[in-house]
Amino acid sequence: MTSDRVTQTLRSEWTKIRSVSSTGWTLSVAVVVTIGIGMLIAALTRNQYDSLPIQERLTFDPTFISFAGMTLGQLAMVVFGVLVVTNEYSTGMIRVSLAAVPRRGTFLFGKIAVAGALALLVGMVTSFATFFLGQAMLGPYRAGLGDPGVLRAVVGGGLYLTLIAVFSMGVATMLRSPLLSLGILMPFFFLISNILAAVDTTKKVGQYLPDQAGSRIMQAVPRPDDTPYGPWGGLGIMALWVIAALAGGYALLRHRDAQ
Amino acid sequence: MIELDGLTKRYGEKVAVDGLTCTVRPGIVTGFLGPNGAGKSTTMRMILGLDHPTAGDVRIDGSRYEQLTDPLTCVGALLDAKAMHGGRSAYNHLLCLAQSNGIPRARVGEVLETVGLMAVARQKAKGFSYGMSQRLGIAAALLGDPRILMFDEPVNGLDPEGIHWIRNLMRSLAAQGRTVFVSSHLMSEMAQTADHLIVIGQGRLLADTSMADFIRRHARSYVRVRSPQRERLLDALHEAGVTAVEAADGALEAEGDKAEQIGELAAGHGIVLHELSPRQASLEEAFMRLTAGSVEYHAQSAAAPGNWGADRQGGTA
Ligand SMILES: Nc1ncnc2c1ncn2[C@@H]1O[C@H](COP(=O)(O)OP(=O)(O)OP(=O)(O)O)[C@@H](O)[C@H]1O
Ligand SMILES: [Mg+2]
Repeated sequence: MTSDRVTQTLRSEWTKIRSVSSTGWTLSVAVVVTIGIGMLIAALTRNQYDSLPIQERLTFDPTFISFAGMTLGQLAMVVFGVLVVTNEYSTGMIRVSLAAVPRRGTFLFGKIAVAGALALLVGMVTSFATFFLGQAMLGPYRAGLGDPGVLRAVVGGGLYLTLIAVFSMGVATMLRSPLLSLGILMPFFFLISNILAAVDTTKKVGQYLPDQAGSRIMQAVPRPDDTPYGPWGGLGIMALWVIAALAGGYALLRHRDAQ
Repeated sequence: MIELDGLTKRYGEKVAVDGLTCTVRPGIVTGFLGPNGAGKSTTMRMILGLDHPTAGDVRIDGSRYEQLTDPLTCVGALLDAKAMHGGRSAYNHLLCLAQSNGIPRARVGEVLETVGLMAVARQKAKGFSYGMSQRLGIAAALLGDPRILMFDEPVNGLDPEGIHWIRNLMRSLAAQGRTVFVSSHLMSEMAQTADHLIVIGQGRLLADTSMADFIRRHARSYVRVRSPQRERLLDALHEAGVTAVEAADGALEAEGDKAEQIGELAAGHGIVLHELSPRQASLEEAFMRLTAGSVEYHAQSAAAPGNWGADRQGGTA
């Protein structure tokens, strides 16, 4: 009976997500931007390889170069995650939805399972595509999927995009408003994280932010820095952020009136 | 059956619903009346488990709403017609609701047919008029073929044919033994639809009684009479023991249901009548009388155009 309820909710959430246009355009933008910028940066790098300082040539990471579009592409994933959740609130649909599925945990995690699975699919496709197309652009400097750390980095890229989307869903569940959610998440990922990373004293804090910690997994060649966690450790830190956002969203959804 | 027990909802300082205890019974249409802001919609949201009561309890056929398996097959509700994603088609809107409660897909087509939206089933809901959205909301309420139906102002935005249709729909649903709970501000409509009334004002229960009893208790029937020989008529009525008062336009209003008696009386005295019209006690009048003390949001009576400045101080409350 419980499993019936879960299957029914998943089926219903799938119908919801495939029947609105925001799903299509946010995810296509994520794919196109990530791949496009990745290819562009890879092509530029290839042309300027000879002028790179020796230091950079030694730690040259062709895999990571092809992921250059993630910084911007992830923002489309943020928009996807935010809209999946806030569509319910901004339209008033939340009251219809919760009358149909009054167990709020089933409702929320059903929605997040469906949207998360879709994000995982799109994230993996994006990550593999941007890797292969980026390597093609790099020509003689390219890496292969069999090189050390590369497969982990490419799979990690897909996981990273997925976690970004799910984190955004959790935050949006807490905030409910699309504008407020985007107004907080966009600068958080695009500005604050970068600003913190730029200054030495705040760098230590910054490296525990979800995107900084999570993106470590996309490096195939280890860098000589003092990051206190490895690739999977970094992804673990990001996963903790995601769990916290979901727990916060669930706690608020449970106790709040539906509106 | 819906049972409310001491149901209370506070939003900050504001008490929206205040200790409501009543039962909505099956087999009849129960009208839910109250002035603007009385707490009708809030009560309905609490019945659906959407708003958490501050105190008290709601039971649906003995269970709490969250405990219902496939709640849409027990309770169908229309709260807010526009509460749907405008980018989704009518068909998909109903399909996702059906799937969430294990209702067969074929049922979506059936209810779309019932509410007359088959032709626009694949169109996005944002292009719908208010009345079309209202019909879609009604389709969603009917989807699970529930034993209990609840409608918050369902006739808003419907055309005359639609109003007629939903009146018959509610009456036939009740006749099938279902519980039908409906709020409305259209008293004439309610008078034709509801058998029983629950009236609230400022969140408190004011009346829980049959329609006939409510009207009998709170409204009066009278006969409106106009005559060029008003004084003679008044004397004649007085002699016959009929109480009559003078209306603002100079006509007389004779208490009770005595049109024949008054006509014969006038003929007997050779008094000319220009009008003799019985006025039935109306739900509207009964409602206005009962809730006069609990109306929160009064309108100012309209000032004559151009008179605005001069009339500012004198607005009637
Ligand atoms: N979410 C909310 N937050 C704060 N106050 C609210 C909320 N919902 C309702 N109220 C207040 O509760 C009171 C009852 O509102 P409600 O909408 O239930 O009245 P109603 O009887 O449905 O009125 P109407 O006939 O105008 O639809 C109002 O004073 C309203 O301002
Ligand atoms: Mg209302």
